[in-house]
Amino acid sequence: MRKAGPVLAVVAVLLALWYLAVIPMNAQWERDQAARAGREIGFAELVSRTMGQERPVLPAPHQVVAELWNSTWVEEIHGRRGWWNSGTLSNRSLIYHGWITLTATMLGFVIGTGGGILLAVGIVHNRAMDASVMPWAIASQTIPIIALAPMIIVVLNSVGISGVVPKAIIAAYLSFFPVVVGMVKGLRAPDAMQLDQMKTWSAPGSAVFWRLRVPMSMPYLFASLKVGIAAALVGTIVGELPVQQGGLGVRLLSGSYYGQTVQIWAALFAAAILAASLVGIVGWIERRVLRRMGMAG
Amino acid sequence: MSLPAVIEAKSLNLVFQTSDGPVHALKDVNLTIGKGEFVSFIGPSGCGKTTLLRAIADLEHPTSGTLTVNGMSPEAARKARAYGYVFQAAGLYPWRTIAGNVRLPLEIMGYPKAEQNQRVARVLELVELKGFERKFPWQLSGGMQQRASIARALAFDADILLMDEPFGALDEIVRDRLNEELLKLWAATGKTIGFVTHSIPEAVYLSTKIVVMSPRPGRITDVIDSTLPRERPLDIRDSAEFIAIAHRVREGLRAGHVDD
Amino acid sequence: MSATTDPNRAGWALTWASFAALMVAVTLAAGLENPSHVMGFQPVIGLFGALMLGLGPFRPQLAAAGPRLAMLAAVAACLVFGAFGLLDWAERSLIVGAMAVGYWLAAWMLVARLAAMPARGGLLGRAQALVAPLVFGLTLIWAWQLAVQALGVPRVILPAPAEIGARIASSLPILWTDLVQTFGRGALSGFAIGCGSAFLFALVVDRFDFLRRGLLPVGNFLAALPIIGTAPIFVMWFGFDWPSKAAVVVAMVFFPMLVNTVQGLAATDRMQRDLMHTWSAGWWQSLMFLRLPAAMPFVFNGLKICATLALIGAIVAEFFGSPTYGMGFRISTEVGRLQLDMVWAEIATAALLGSAFYGFWALVERRVTFWHPSQRGR
Repeated sequence: MRKAGPVLAVVAVLLALWYLAVIPMNAQWERDQAARAGREIGFAELVSRTMGQERPVLPAPHQVVAELWNSTWVEEIHGRRGWWNSGTLSNRSLIYHGWITLTATMLGFVIGTGGGILLAVGIVHNRAMDASVMPWAIASQTIPIIALAPMIIVVLNSVGISGVVPKAIIAAYLSFFPVVVGMVKGLRAPDAMQLDQMKTWSAPGSAVFWRLRVPMSMPYLFASLKVGIAAALVGTIVGELPVQQGGLGVRLLSGSYYGQTVQIWAALFAAAILAASLVGIVGWIERRVLRRMGMAG
Repeated sequence: MSLPAVIEAKSLNLVFQTSDGPVHALKDVNLTIGKGEFVSFIGPSGCGKTTLLRAIADLEHPTSGTLTVNGMSPEAARKARAYGYVFQAAGLYPWRTIAGNVRLPLEIMGYPKAEQNQRVARVLELVELKGFERKFPWQLSGGMQQRASIARALAFDADILLMDEPFGALDEIVRDRLNEELLKLWAATGKTIGFVTHSIPEAVYLSTKIVVMSPRPGRITDVIDSTLPRERPLDIRDSAEFIAIAHRVREGLRAGHVDD
Repeated sequence: MSATTDPNRAGWALTWASFAALMVAVTLAAGLENPSHVMGFQPVIGLFGALMLGLGPFRPQLAAAGPRLAMLAAVAACLVFGAFGLLDWAERSLIVGAMAVGYWLAAWMLVARLAAMPARGGLLGRAQALVAPLVFGLTLIWAWQLAVQALGVPRVILPAPAEIGARIASSLPILWTDLVQTFGRGALSGFAIGCGSAFLFALVVDRFDFLRRGLLPVGNFLAALPIIGTAPIFVMWFGFDWPSKAAVVVAMVFFPMLVNTVQGLAATDRMQRDLMHTWSAGWWQSLMFLRLPAAMPFVFNGLKICATLALIGAIVAEFFGSPTYGMGFRISTEVGRLQLDMVWAEIATAALLGSAFYGFWALVERRVTFWHPSQRGR
């Protein structure tokens, strides 16, 4: 694997830098502890202690991995409230919180993508829609929509709608516009020559749409799906902040309330793994679809 | 030929390693180009004519054999800025004006400012682009863009001009005009020109020497010294002599194909 | 064909004139009896006028732009006249609903007519392109206002646009303080540090092929992650004030900017690199003359992405802790107090600010990459 070499090297360097950074970041607390106890602390001891603090300023990579392991496998299999012993997922496990986040993300993503594709089809076929709606779709990508998140959550909560729906609305909203813009671009990808060719065959509008516009839009659609699903996840996590009903966002926030840095980092990595897998799945589908359509390079 | 040799290739071989196995792009190429000659390389695609030109320009590296340019290795010749190179597409920088594009190699080579201006003005006049200095490339027609790229290759003092199908993407009317102008330019500057083409009339009309090549493996099948006079009006193409040379070129190309 | 001889047109003009006379008479009669009745008739008159005007002039015989534009303006005037009347009238909700749908359709027709008109160059063309989204936006706001009034939506769920506007006008100093804190201190400094360092780092990465092959996939991967989740960590490290916001912004913009710049620096075609080679140009020269200018469209793409991310990062980071001012702080606390008009005021500010910051970079881009095909047509 010629490609993997440089990537692995870069990842290794990043890990090494992380370990190196752990020492100075956590050293102050160890020195204070030692001073309070009235004893000197040697360098070797300092290094080993900074790697294993309970509430470090910067946890070492292995601590994060251990926390990830403990809050998934160990919690569910050995924990009193875990899935093995109680039959339901433990609310202290990242699987439980990750699942909450995932369902809201997926629900929102499906709604947002579906709506986005429909709107894009409308925009491509209707000049009035194109002229009036499209500028807003583009402009909406430049504004921090996410600022709406807490409001939507709290307001919907106050009228009795809570749980997965408000978060899904935010996720849908965030994934909606990238899909609209990308899909419009994709559906417009056929050039004048290809459209004229269809015309010479006097192809009906539906044939032009299904056999030319839709296939040519696929690369654009998948590119925006990847952006959209990442945005949906961010939206869900931010949407979880104001109302504490579980989810990775809640783990982040409660970690920051109680100074549980390792918990924050573990939740962060869980979110990262989730994001990477979601984008990866979309990418995998993309490769399959494009290959079947003979478009993959 | 008593002219001093400018480019000399002796049993030159060039093999590309591809995923489908090695490709013999050049096989046992022997060629001498004298000073002030106009040499055309003609042949079907894949015959190695472009590869040979690129090898002379130090853009490809021969696998075996010797190749000298001005008595030096191609790399040394390139570093000594011995030649100007014109590609099939004009390849002008869209963010620079026409004058700015022609000035670019001069800036890179560190010519003084005053001389840059003077040279740019001179070569733009030579290719009849005076008055277009401040235009951007995308505001000009394809033929004008290609003339600008020739001006760019002429701007610095290289006595060799290498042209890789420079007029291949242009229509025939523009092409005829540029051919005529190129001959004038050659007469005025006395440069040695290497010219890749796949048009038989173009090769015969322009060259003092026509190198016919054929593919798989890329090799030289015939070298024709033109008997046409140096002074060539466009209607020389209707003369019996012209037709005879063109015929020989066509024969050479056909001979190359019998081998497949 | 001369338009004056067209019997259709004459017939239409007659219809319109008699209708107008009737309407004026009815309105005057109603107004004489009781001035407040005019209010009640206003929307009806407006909508009818718009429909009459709107259906009339769009015959191919009247293709000249002047009269057409005048007609469209008249339709728009009728719509505005009637729409305001409808707002005053909003309690009778059933009729209001029907009227609102009518107005929506009329506005839609107006936009459709405008969009169907041939595109024009110059200032008029730009105005033409702006009218449709403007009408759409205004109709949306108007429908919002109408819906809130007619349905009596409580303020704690959705304030009316007029209330939000009043709130913005009355709390400009607070909005300004928040803006300076969040955008000026947090987002801008983070944006500058993040994009600047990513750009410089990209030059280094581009120099070494190994780094490019290693860092590009990693950078692409990191750019897709919810980096916003690092906000609580940075708030812990750098405190509640703006440095932690700037740090979140740096983390968010660094990788998108890096990936874009590196891709841009590699985006030259083979022929142009060969040309540089034939001139024996050095690495530095080919960077300055070729690769940097060629990378500019990518660099600006990165800057535009990061412009949006910067404001998002600064606002969301404030949800995790901040001093008692800042846009994110204001949003989260006012949501808690159910002062939604203030929340909307902040959101409107953020939206305006976000588009302005983005628009600024788009303008600079147009200046710098004037030569790029995507910029030339305009």
